Amino acid sequence: MSLEDDAIEALKARFPEAFQGTGEHAGAKWAYVKREFVVPALTMLKNELACEMLMDLTAVDYLGKETPERFCIVYQLFSLSKNQYFRLKAWVPENDPQIDSIWSLWKAAPWAEREVWDLYGITFRGNPDLRRIMLPFDYNGHPLRKDYPLIGRGERQNFPRYVK
Amino acid sequence: MGLEAWMPEGALTTRVEELVNWGRANSLWPMPFGVACCAIEMMATLSSRYDLARFGAEAIRFSPRQSDLMIVSGRISLKMMPVLGKIWEQMPEPKWCISMGACASCGGVFDNYAIIQGVDRFIPVDVYIPGCPPRPEGLIDAVIKIQELVEKERLAQHL
Amino acid sequence: MPLQRAVRTPMEIEEQTDGDLGSKRMIVNFGPQHPATHGTLRAIIELDGEMVTNMDLEIGYLHSGFEKISEYRTYNQTVTVSDRMNYLSPLCNNVGLSCAVEKMMGIEVTPRCAAIRIIMYELSRIADHIISVGLQAMDLGAFSVMLWSFIEREKLYDIFEAVTGARLTTSYTRVGGLMRDVPPDFEEMVRTFMETGIRTTREMENMLNENEIFRGRTIGVNKISKEDAIEFGLTGPLLRSCGVAYDVRKAHPYLGYDKLDFKLITEEGGDVWARYRVRVGELYESFKIVDQVLRNMPSGPVNIGDPEVVIPRKNDSNYPQGGMEGLIYHFKNYMYGHGIHPQPGEVYMATEAPNGELGYYLVSDGSAKPWRWRVRPPSLYNYQAFPVMCRGGSISDVVSGLSSLNIIAGELDQ
Repeated sequence: MSLEDDAIEALKARFPEAFQGTGEHAGAKWAYVKREFVVPALTMLKNELACEMLMDLTAVDYLGKETPERFCIVYQLFSLSKNQYFRLKAWVPENDPQIDSIWSLWKAAPWAEREVWDLYGITFRGNPDLRRIMLPFDYNGHPLRKDYPLIGRGERQNFPRYVK
Repeated sequence: MGLEAWMPEGALTTRVEELVNWGRANSLWPMPFGVACCAIEMMATLSSRYDLARFGAEAIRFSPRQSDLMIVSGRISLKMMPVLGKIWEQMPEPKWCISMGACASCGGVFDNYAIIQGVDRFIPVDVYIPGCPPRPEGLIDAVIKIQELVEKERLAQHL
Repeated sequence: MPLQRAVRTPMEIEEQTDGDLGSKRMIVNFGPQHPATHGTLRAIIELDGEMVTNMDLEIGYLHSGFEKISEYRTYNQTVTVSDRMNYLSPLCNNVGLSCAVEKMMGIEVTPRCAAIRIIMYELSRIADHIISVGLQAMDLGAFSVMLWSFIEREKLYDIFEAVTGARLTTSYTRVGGLMRDVPPDFEEMVRTFMETGIRTTREMENMLNENEIFRGRTIGVNKISKEDAIEFGLTGPLLRSCGVAYDVRKAHPYLGYDKLDFKLITEEGGDVWARYRVRVGELYESFKIVDQVLRNMPSGPVNIGDPEVVIPRKNDSNYPQGGMEGLIYHFKNYMYGHGIHPQPGEVYMATEAPNGELGYYLVSDGSAKPWRWRVRPPSLYNYQAFPVMCRGGSISDVVSGLSSLNIIAGELDQ
């Protein structure tokens, strides 16, 4: 059985109340879990199903679409020993954008979480160093959200003019 | 009675100006503010095929205190703009600026929240080079234009 | 709103104590404008004499909002955006993006297109690795090695310009095919380049391999263990220099890499010397791959025949010239709101860029523009491991290590 099927079976068996369904497209399957159970689910995937590497951690903003919540955090995992990928997703609501941090599981997580906080505004509880990474530290706003204008809100004009 | 009586009126001042301008133009020491893809083309211009050293720009000093020509090559983001301003202030007079590429001149492809739409909004630019990235011949043409600008300067401009 | 932090980063110590820690402990700012940083990177290093005790990194000096712009462009237009990410090997980004969209739509490209894509991909890899080795040598003092590598890159630029029209920002691939076919003297150009390329690589190796200064500054420097490398998500030459034999071209082959014969270069050690050896080994393997593909180059069309994805040529016999059908597709593919429409869904496509695993995560909502366009930058995860590599070494090892990571700021900051 492939890693994806194994992982979905294990998640269904171990966390029946947290399992929220699966999806499939372009030959890959993914699973949804409730955001409170993200850390136990990923711990199980890492230790028992040998998903050694966290390839990517990112977020998607589904503003205006019919989805359970507005934001979705996507964890892209990779198993070196089995040579297969697995995707785990967790919905995060708009009025309470928080989720537990997984910095204790993989050392690759802190900067990816900082990037999601910077560009989307989703807080990661427990991350010891949650500050902005891509934008200046005194920036206001989270640009990658769908309701943020492309040209910004005037920050790119706010600099002093130097004369020769 | 002195040397001036034997010379035409004002000839000596003009020749010092020309001498000084000739010296400045042919030994421009660039400070490459290499940021993004244009920096790779700038490095290619400084390499063996399109040699910028033939124009006197041999000494590439990454220190602003020892250079007089700043080549802004690449897109300048919100975080980088204060750094650019600081480096510009640290350069001593006389100084000139080349804005290399579309991103430094006008924002380029990136008309969004993160990129300054043209470096000339905040620092004075002398020559713009279009292109994405401009060919090395374009950068050489810009350096020649700066040399022409320098040769026409008056000595009192930088006092 | 920032949360309570458990440790004081050197940046905070610098702000609070004004950099003065008494005796020989000091805080040094390295970048973002510095001759030894490859791009706009900043490191705040806490030193005890010459030894590095802690390091804090700051990135984001080249944040250009690629992800936001791509949501306002169609799938074919984002190819121009992907060029500017990794500007040392832009063709790798182009090929990766088109492969990702094709995987999402379930399209199979023609054999000739796959062969040309592989050749351009490997030529980009040669360009990237040769510059990386050249800059690594320049940082340690060997200036002529950098000039040799730039000459080879100029010859590659000639090839890229003849094929794609541009030296650096190529934008060559399209969904379902390529911008245009290669010129008739392509094979001759590439073979001429390969002769001099292999000779220059051997000369560079001769210059650096037995050189005491180079060996002294790279062997044992910036070591990282295999477990740490896997925890940090390192990929590419950095992972293979720790002994892990993982390469996306062998593990999840795309475009026909499984039919080619090339070795996977791994080294033990995890230090700067091992990374240099892996990159030089990969250079020779890339030359081998290009030679194999050139010998068995299939003929045929470059673009797939589906007119909904790639517009038919004006002299296409299926749509006779002057006929309405072919002409309609010429309009429909480019009109606002029409064009390539993948089904709603998402895809994660991993490709082996010269720096590591370049992953494209695309989410489509059924319209002509991507809903989410995310690139997994190998440089971000590689750079995150840098403080761990530098701890305990001296400050000159920081320079040596930074150049061996081959961080491209455009890819790092997105």
